[in-house]
Amino acid sequence: MAMTKRRERLDRGIRVRTEGFYALLSWREIGYLVAPRAALIIGLLILPLIMPNVYWQRVVCLMGLFALLALCFDFLAEFVGLICLGTALFVGVGGYLSAILNAWLGLPLLLTIPIATVGGAIFCTLLLLPCFPLRGIYFAIMTLIYPMMAARVIEALGILGSTNGISGLSGFPNIWVELYLIIGVGLVCLFGLRRLVGEDIGLVLRGVKDNDQAIKASGMNITHYKILATFIASGIGSFVGSYLAHLYQWAGLSLFALDFSILPISASIVGGLGTLAGPMLGAFMLTPLSELLRSLGGLRIAIYAIILVFFIFFRTEGLLNYAQRKYHQFQHWVEV
Amino acid sequence: MNVETIPPVIQVKNISKSFGGIMAVMDLSFELNKGEVLGIIGPNGSGKTTLLNCITGFIKQDSGRVFFKGRDITGYPPHKIADMGIGRTFQIMRPFYTLPAYRNIVVSLFSPRARRFAGAGKLGDRDAVAIDILEDVGFERDAYVPYKPAGALPLGYLKRLELARCIALRADIMLCDEIFSGLSAAEIATMVPLVERLNMEGSTFIMIEHRLRELFRVANRVIVLNFGEKIFEGKPEEALEDKTVREAYFGKGKEVVL
Repeated sequence: MAMTKRRERLDRGIRVRTEGFYALLSWREIGYLVAPRAALIIGLLILPLIMPNVYWQRVVCLMGLFALLALCFDFLAEFVGLICLGTALFVGVGGYLSAILNAWLGLPLLLTIPIATVGGAIFCTLLLLPCFPLRGIYFAIMTLIYPMMAARVIEALGILGSTNGISGLSGFPNIWVELYLIIGVGLVCLFGLRRLVGEDIGLVLRGVKDNDQAIKASGMNITHYKILATFIASGIGSFVGSYLAHLYQWAGLSLFALDFSILPISASIVGGLGTLAGPMLGAFMLTPLSELLRSLGGLRIAIYAIILVFFIFFRTEGLLNYAQRKYHQFQHWVEV
Repeated sequence: MNVETIPPVIQVKNISKSFGGIMAVMDLSFELNKGEVLGIIGPNGSGKTTLLNCITGFIKQDSGRVFFKGRDITGYPPHKIADMGIGRTFQIMRPFYTLPAYRNIVVSLFSPRARRFAGAGKLGDRDAVAIDILEDVGFERDAYVPYKPAGALPLGYLKRLELARCIALRADIMLCDEIFSGLSAAEIATMVPLVERLNMEGSTFIMIEHRLRELFRVANRVIVLNFGEKIFEGKPEEALEDKTVREAYFGKGKEVVL
């Protein structure tokens, strides 16, 4: 008689009662929790060092900035319920602000990046303010329209350098500053946002997503919380725009390009929505992939699309959600 | 000396609301005094929930005014009305499904009103306060229930969760939309004393209900609505004897022995 076996899965016993509570009894259990976080930090820090040449180091910069945009998208979509298809708006506003401050007004790079980050956040939040009563697909469409509209307005009015853009921005002193600035900011934003969504105020933000009626009935103004979340996310996006403008020493219409809205979304889907770290990892995988496929010319988009479809069909929950589930379980075969 | 100077907790004056051509609430007025339990009953579609939505600001009424402790709150946004101390539960409960039950209460404890009261907790111990409140409404503290994701709770607990949200808000007056409906007799048997106790402790209630027997145990006064109009106001026992009320429920000319 053939022996039948089945897979037995057991939860590791360190999670107590509910999410976020752990009972750690040994160094091993502490190590078990610390390991993935440490691996991420150390991995990101040594990533620039193992890149073979300057071209690939530049790709790491792109990976970092798409990772930040993916983080923005995931935070807004999964923790506040604002599906924002317009991260390109944040990038464009931040980039152009930097360009104006640096190329036209002559402020140094150390000042323009922070000013563009905060200024861009305020500007984008004000732009999105009228859209907050909208929900779901309607909000998504509005945010998709904004960056397109911004590009057309700049083109039509011939302002801000029109189609030529603004050139002559000061660049970063060297490649290592470029690399470690984006990686450092990425890590700070990731762990900062993870902390934020775990705090009481993060619960309110998640409440706005799940059931805004109950938030209203608890005496809280949902618009305040949407403003707060959008301010944080658009601040991150504007930083990316400002960084990108200084990286290429140029700000132009391509900052409002659809890529900056779409790639973060596909990175989130591949990496696992709702995990914050997942979308970042997704961006770190998809960006080099699209660089590798560049040699294939026209087929690039097709192959890229096939990979996305594969993930949507076979790993719908995304990589990190899957990995997390497996990591928290022992699994072995037992005889039936 | 006159006692009249203390305004009623809630005073509704000539409220009307129509959806398209349908009058949901028609020229309705009533008063509610502190410590009272007011039942609002009526057949389906008689405007009970609409009335509640008008009071709490979720729907703007076409005409009429609402006063809370003598202050005109007509047209205030829902969060401002809740902040003044009018708590409400929802007929269709939508808790924050992914959050554990007690974290649902933490959200309410984070509201400005709850934070103004002492004991709502600073950093960290909001969790503890939330579990205390849940225990108060009948979640077993040492069991797994308060830690379960709200999406996995049975109906009875969800209704309690709604009530707990009002308690966390320190609401002066609680507007309960069908908190007994859909519950088993055993579940209701434990809910009724809970409402009674909260009332003893000073909360004022407006209860919309279809379970009349249980409602009449706690209510001091009932209002019967039919097609948006008030057809009866008075003692619960008299409501079912009233001819117009019987007609609204059972139809004209039919005699039903209760």
